[in-house]
Amino acid sequence: MTRTIEPKHPRAIRWFHWINFPLISIMIWSGALIYWANDVYRIGLGNFTLFHFFPDFFYSLTGIDERLAEGMAWHFVFLWLFALNGIAYVIYTAVSGEWRYLVPNARSFREAIQVTLYDLHLSKTQPPPRKFNGAQQIAYSSIILMGAGSLITGLAIWKSVQFGWLTALLGGYPAARLEHFLLTLGYCGFFFVHIAQVIRAGWNNLRSMISGYEISGHDIQEEPQKEP
Amino acid sequence: MSDELDRQMARLTRRSLLVGGTAALAGGALWQWIRTRRLDNGVPWPLRVGLDTDEELSRDYFRETRLVRTFPPDAAESGRPNGTVGIEDDIAPDWKLHFGDMALGLADIQSLPKTVMTTELKCIEGWTRVLQWGGARFSDFVAQFYKDDLNPDQYVALETPDGEYYVGLDMASAMHPQTLLCYEMNGKPLQPQHGAPLRLVVPLKYGIKNLKRIGKIQFSDSRPKDYWAERGYDWYAGF
Repeated sequence: MTRTIEPKHPRAIRWFHWINFPLISIMIWSGALIYWANDVYRIGLGNFTLFHFFPDFFYSLTGIDERLAEGMAWHFVFLWLFALNGIAYVIYTAVSGEWRYLVPNARSFREAIQVTLYDLHLSKTQPPPRKFNGAQQIAYSSIILMGAGSLITGLAIWKSVQFGWLTALLGGYPAARLEHFLLTLGYCGFFFVHIAQVIRAGWNNLRSMISGYEISGHDIQEEPQKEP
Repeated sequence: MSDELDRQMARLTRRSLLVGGTAALAGGALWQWIRTRRLDNGVPWPLRVGLDTDEELSRDYFRETRLVRTFPPDAAESGRPNGTVGIEDDIAPDWKLHFGDMALGLADIQSLPKTVMTTELKCIEGWTRVLQWGGARFSDFVAQFYKDDLNPDQYVALETPDGEYYVGLDMASAMHPQTLLCYEMNGKPLQPQHGAPLRLVVPLKYGIKNLKRIGKIQFSDSRPKDYWAERGYDWYAGF
């Protein structure tokens, strides 16, 4: 099979993606500085606590304790950059037509199950060789909805009187704070799965998110064949 | 041919890594630059500029008609006093509220129309308490005791009798119908740890602005000093 260099990810999408990484990192880090001041969330029932967000060693190890004012300052400045980058991404994908690859359709959900089974070595049916398979479509669209959710729940906490209708819609101020926190946990979960999948997919895939191009026409698991 | 293809791909990747690496270095430099700037009231000045810009946007968007959520009276919880700066001494038996050249007693405040409301006190730490408050609207207080024309661009400065704790408010927030000078909490006379004899309750703002044991109220043309804003927090601190 002839190998060719094919364009995969547009330049704009690569910039949005890589700019988002430090921005969301700053938002999560400064959010943790804020959360520390009232770290009441836990998994448990009644007096029994299975896991407390977060154990003391986590704070001291990460240097997150006693920095509430600093956290609020970073959070309430960088939120604008995080929001603008996200909104620009959504507008770009809508206008450029890239959304067609990204937004899930009716068969994405069945395909996502298939992909998950394949990834867990429970099935031998390979994912379709499209740009984004069903599982990716669902994951990459969900993460955008979660981003919107973070902006909305964040606004409901930050300006809970001027946007009081929004805070009420989310179940009140303490509820909005919990929702904001849960979305953040969601990002952290996404991050680990995302990194694992990128490692599995290999260099050709990661390289396409850096350069925009991939080499197609051969199985990346095999050594490239030399032409005679 | 395959070698040529691999070389071309390597060139493309190298170019992108170079551009991306430069951008990453620029981002890291920006981060480091912000972190190491001179502190303006406890935060690096670029962040202070950001917070002040947020304040301008917030004050533009603010409408006095947007009210703080109120709760049924039986939703009120017990108080959670958090901080004793400015109220560590015993309450002076001859306590007075100083406003302009006036020295007012509690009876002067109690002679104003009484407002009772059950609202959520939101601590900047992240917790909340639903509490019932009784007192006079700040706007009624001003209407009664301030004889000049009110300048909406001015600010309100409040401080404890010992001057140890002090807050500043923008006039719009101070004149909001849910900003009270309170002498009752949960249906009982205000207790010392909650700010007796008279405290500010401004549910438009974080708890840090809800000054206990008011000793002095003044109007000023510039943003008054604020205890927690000097310690790295946002001066506006408003919802």
